Amino acid sequence: MEKSLSWREFIITRLIQGSGYSAILFVALIFFFLLREGLPTLREVDISSLLNVRWYPIESYYGILPLITGTLIVTIGATLIAVPFGIGTAVYISEVAPRWMREILKPIVELLGGLPSVVLGFLGILVMVPYIRLFMNLPTGLTAFTGSLLLGAIAVPTVVTVAEDALDSVPRAYREGAWALGATRWQTIWRVTLPAAKSGVLTGVMLGVGRAIGETMAVMMVTGNAPVMSLRLNSLFSPARTMTATIAAEMGEVANGSTHYHVLFFIGMMLFIISMIVNIIASSVLFRSKKRAERILS
Amino acid sequence: MVTRFLARHRYTVQRIGFAVITLTAIFTVLPIIGTIIYIFVKGISAISVEFLTGFPSNGMREGGIYPAIVGTFYLTIGTAIFSVPLGIAAAVYLSEYASNNKWTRLIRLAIVNLAGIPSVVYGLFGLGLFVLFLQFGTSILAAALTLSIMTLPVVISTAEEALRAVPQPFRTVSISLGATRWQTIRRIVLKEALPGILTGVILGLERAAGETAPILFTGAAFFLPQLPQSPFDATMALPYHLFVISTQVPEMPIQIQYGTALVLLVFVLTMNIIATVIRSRARAKRQW
Repeated sequence: MEKSLSWREFIITRLIQGSGYSAILFVALIFFFLLREGLPTLREVDISSLLNVRWYPIESYYGILPLITGTLIVTIGATLIAVPFGIGTAVYISEVAPRWMREILKPIVELLGGLPSVVLGFLGILVMVPYIRLFMNLPTGLTAFTGSLLLGAIAVPTVVTVAEDALDSVPRAYREGAWALGATRWQTIWRVTLPAAKSGVLTGVMLGVGRAIGETMAVMMVTGNAPVMSLRLNSLFSPARTMTATIAAEMGEVANGSTHYHVLFFIGMMLFIISMIVNIIASSVLFRSKKRAERILS
Repeated sequence: MVTRFLARHRYTVQRIGFAVITLTAIFTVLPIIGTIIYIFVKGISAISVEFLTGFPSNGMREGGIYPAIVGTFYLTIGTAIFSVPLGIAAAVYLSEYASNNKWTRLIRLAIVNLAGIPSVVYGLFGLGLFVLFLQFGTSILAAALTLSIMTLPVVISTAEEALRAVPQPFRTVSISLGATRWQTIRRIVLKEALPGILTGVILGLERAAGETAPILFTGAAFFLPQLPQSPFDATMALPYHLFVISTQVPEMPIQIQYGTALVLLVFVLTMNIIATVIRSRARAKRQW
């Protein structure tokens, strides 16, 4: 009896430990399979034609630059929207709103984070696209700008949740100290609370940007999917095509093991590496702040 | 000069500042509520018994969305089967067993990374590993496995948070009464943390139910004349169906599009509301 109990305990402990380590295994597996299917690209397509401005796989033009600039333009646009609205809302929820308001707003913002991106893309097509075409007087409403607007909305909840958390964990004594010195609440927010929560807010922004880079369906549905290379300012108001949308749109139609298939995996590999860099930076910012908080407490 | 001006009028500045901040919050929240109401209003007239229980006909332009509803249900259940036990076990490891060393930090880094990987990259991975390498084919199994790995970080981090919220004395007392570590975890810690874990699980599954990109090449079918018969069959799914009928089918009646969006929204919202209710109830009931 005694012995079987300890055996069971041993096996269960190992199982639990294995589950814990599975996260590492999955990241490794994902990276391995992306490399396995993506790296043959470098053998089949030479670098100079890969770093080209023409993406036209049917005639074996695999220039990925327009896809990268597409992702870049849309993401920058989304960041410009998500940062002010995200931080503004976080400050409102954490510092300005009365308690009951906070209890209502937080679940609503979380709800936005849970809305399927395909629903947002669908509404984007039906509601945003025609209005943008009309107001901006464009030949089509399917533009990088439309994608930016939608992506901004999708990135906002990430920014709000993380930033609000950071603001909330600033010790109350900081604010009281500032008030006691005669600062208004507004001055306290700008000169004490926000600077104290800086690293957490930055983490939120990083994660929001990461979310925007990786978003697929909504962006594919509203940006018009034209892999055109241009970095002028008005390219924001013409159709674009992101890296994620390219994979989603073309993977279904390629033959397994073809060059096109390998190039799409290669793009996926790039996305994986980008998201990894973004997340490592974001989490190291987070770690630093934690250490400082511990230092203050001790 | 400016500083002094601002200092003299600091309450005016505060009033303007608060107004601006409040406006950003309003502009963030109103579109969310607007979106939901808009889809309800536009979609409700499409909802009927035939729509919910019928098969699509005439190239999806008529009939119902029953196979897509069933498909999303299967995928969600499948995702739960894989991600819930694994995710909770991993959370138990991190909260109850792991010491704060290099390996634990690596696990945490891996979880953060999993959470950040773009959904379409999960799709590629699922295609490479489950569909082609393990030869599951385009199937519910491959799609559910892909979705579960994507859901895992959400389940792990929320479950770990719930486990950590259980006060240390609960464990100490149980162990001092002669219970083993696993007995303590199973009968005391997991039981106390259950509502929090449940919330995390539902929020994770909610995400999985609404995702399209990971199932695009691993399990989603454009149209099927019958329901999937086994886990090795492909399936229709609500999010993919909405994508298809709103972008790929010409002259698609707008009514059916809004109806499909509404059903998907209700599916996701219901899960979200259940999660929120469980969480707030548990908070109210908690005695520690």
